[in-house]
Amino acid sequence: MIGYKLGDEHEELRKSVEAFARDVVAPVIGDLYEKGEFPYDIVAQLGRMGLFGLPVPEEYGGMGGDYLALCLALEELARVDSSVAITLEAAVGLGIMPLYRFGTEEQKRQWLPALCAGERLAAFGLTEPGGGTDVAGAMKTRARLEDGEWVIDGSKSFITNSGTSITAVVGVAAVTGTRPDGRPEISTILVPSGTPGFTVAPKYSKVGWSCSDTHELSFAGCRVPAANLLGERGRGYAQFLRTLDEGRVAIAALSTGLAQGCVDESLAYVRDRTAFGGPIGRFQALQFKIADMEVRAHNARLAWWHAAAKMAAGEPFKKEAAIAKLTASNAAMDNARDATQIFGGYGFMNEFAVGRFYRDAKILEIGEGTSEVQRMLIARELGLDA
Amino acid sequence: MTTLNIVVCVKQVPDTAVERTLTPEGTLDRESPDGLINELDEYAIEEGLKIAEAHGGEVTILSMGPAKAADSVRKALSMGADKAVHVLDDGLAGSDALATSAALAAALTRVGFDLVILGSESTDARTGVVPAMLAERLGVPQLTLAATVEVSGAGVTIHRLTEDGYAVVTGSLPAVVSVVEKINEPRYPTFKGIMAAKKKPVRTLTLADLAVDTGAVGLAGAATGIADWAARPPRTAGVVVKDEGDGGSQVAGFLAERKFI
Ligand SMILES: Cc1cc2nc3c(=O)[nH]c(=O)nc-3n(C[C@H](O)[C@H](O)[C@H](O)COP(=O)(O)OP(=O)(O)OC[C@H]3O[C@@H](n4cnc5c(N)ncnc54)[C@H](O)[C@@H]3O)c2cc1C
Repeated sequence: MIGYKLGDEHEELRKSVEAFARDVVAPVIGDLYEKGEFPYDIVAQLGRMGLFGLPVPEEYGGMGGDYLALCLALEELARVDSSVAITLEAAVGLGIMPLYRFGTEEQKRQWLPALCAGERLAAFGLTEPGGGTDVAGAMKTRARLEDGEWVIDGSKSFITNSGTSITAVVGVAAVTGTRPDGRPEISTILVPSGTPGFTVAPKYSKVGWSCSDTHELSFAGCRVPAANLLGERGRGYAQFLRTLDEGRVAIAALSTGLAQGCVDESLAYVRDRTAFGGPIGRFQALQFKIADMEVRAHNARLAWWHAAAKMAAGEPFKKEAAIAKLTASNAAMDNARDATQIFGGYGFMNEFAVGRFYRDAKILEIGEGTSEVQRMLIARELGLDA
Repeated sequence: MTTLNIVVCVKQVPDTAVERTLTPEGTLDRESPDGLINELDEYAIEEGLKIAEAHGGEVTILSMGPAKAADSVRKALSMGADKAVHVLDDGLAGSDALATSAALAAALTRVGFDLVILGSESTDARTGVVPAMLAERLGVPQLTLAATVEVSGAGVTIHRLTEDGYAVVTGSLPAVVSVVEKINEPRYPTFKGIMAAKKKPVRTLTLADLAVDTGAVGLAGAATGIADWAARPPRTAGVVVKDEGDGGSQVAGFLAERKFI
């Protein structure tokens, strides 16, 4: 059977987040974005709405929902703003999910309740200055066991949510030895914020996602208890492959939101703005642009729904996730370009949502696997080897 | 008092963001546009939940409206209310404020209450008289236009919004309280709340169940009638006052002409 619409409960959640984005985020985000401030107040409200705990069972402070629910929330938030959406995406997809999936019972009990409530944030540090795509090959961060403690040395770049005043912990992927086949053994170690030897650099100056918190992290003789190993030793590579596959569906949903936001904004604008004696929406050139934008947003949504449905059914979804991320990030980029064009000079102004969309779209083709990586994954799933 | 029995009245209204139309009888067409919870009622629900959380108690949603009002009842339950009563009867269509208060009072008498909370007016009819009528019919104190509500022992105290500040009003329970927007920030339902709402009991009551005479409610029982109506004239361009030293007196003259000052 093929479903074409959401179940009642998911639809209600979607509507509720849609209203929140419109009533709470939209009025304040332009100003926060301009100042590059982290949206603490909005994050607290997202927390009270239970959005951080959506895919986590109630026993750990979650909502007992699923990843699809998270993705719906991301799409609705990104229709209005991507900085807020990526804050939620990274907090859940990269922060909470690895803990929930791979953490020991004790780790889950220790960290998840405050993370699910949105009172604290967790980050995940995989990318390094020397490489994000070839992350295993380029990994220089090392961790060694010494007197019952992990001692970590190295650095991580572009780590989302790693330096807020509510950041609790960063999962750090590090080389912990050499496997029998000679390849590096990678493990994930939980490093609480404020641990001596763990330094958070000042935030980056970014092209977009201005309210999202991104830092370079460095570790110099940073010591944490042996029990801070996330799950099993040597499972780091497998852990982040799984995390990234899921994360791609989430980024695809977020990208779909941005693509849809471009349609929403453009539709309103062309009815309102006049030129040559009438609304600009009567020009076929702009109607066709908007029609193309609608097509892209629609295709992007179908692609991520399909990937999310396969994931929910417990079926392999690697290829579908890559297709969704590629399709949706392209849609976001193309729609942001068209929407700013429709807005003319105002499209180039930060105070207009489409101006923000333009700045926020590019990263979607880069983060959590570049578009080249998505094509590599799809080709590999088709049986084409390097 | 061990557990407070709080009843929040919730009305489904047409979305104010979409074009609203009238039926041939001149009443609001409630079928076509999307129905939403009347905005002020969301504040009433929030206040009910907060009082129940602080003092221990149960929140019952009471809604009178057509079948599709069930969506709004469900939403109220997803915010955290415990159960609901939906007064549903074709004979209620076209009820004015007086008739509405009769049906609601009958339902309240039937389900019982310590505290009734409702929005001070609805975005569709905006009569703002239902809370007072309800209290009168029930023979209990009315505390209207509350910007704060404090329950203590067997009494309730509110800050009643006035034009130049507020008045402190105290009454004994049971009582009817109507709230204004200032009172709180309504919560958004969580996914857990949405899922739990599916399993919460909703009782449907008809006019016969409430022993309300069909002649007393609906269009037939309405004490007010619509004699005529017209669409609001389109907005005109307005007057631009150019200040050439006499801007102030021009503005004052404009306002005085329209009896604003
Ligand atoms: C705002 C922001 C937030 C981020 N948040 C996080 C985070 O929270 N945690 C985290 O771990 N990382 C994070 N990242 C890092 C992000 O995932 C990486 O930037 C991304 O994976 C690309 O890695 P790179 O920057 O090292 O580029 P590189 O890997 O150096 O790639 C450079 C170019 O080469 C291409 N390329 C590389 N290999 C191949 C190949 N085999 N075939 C074809 N082309 C190839 C790439 O596609 C790209 O175009 C974030 C990045 C940004 C900008």
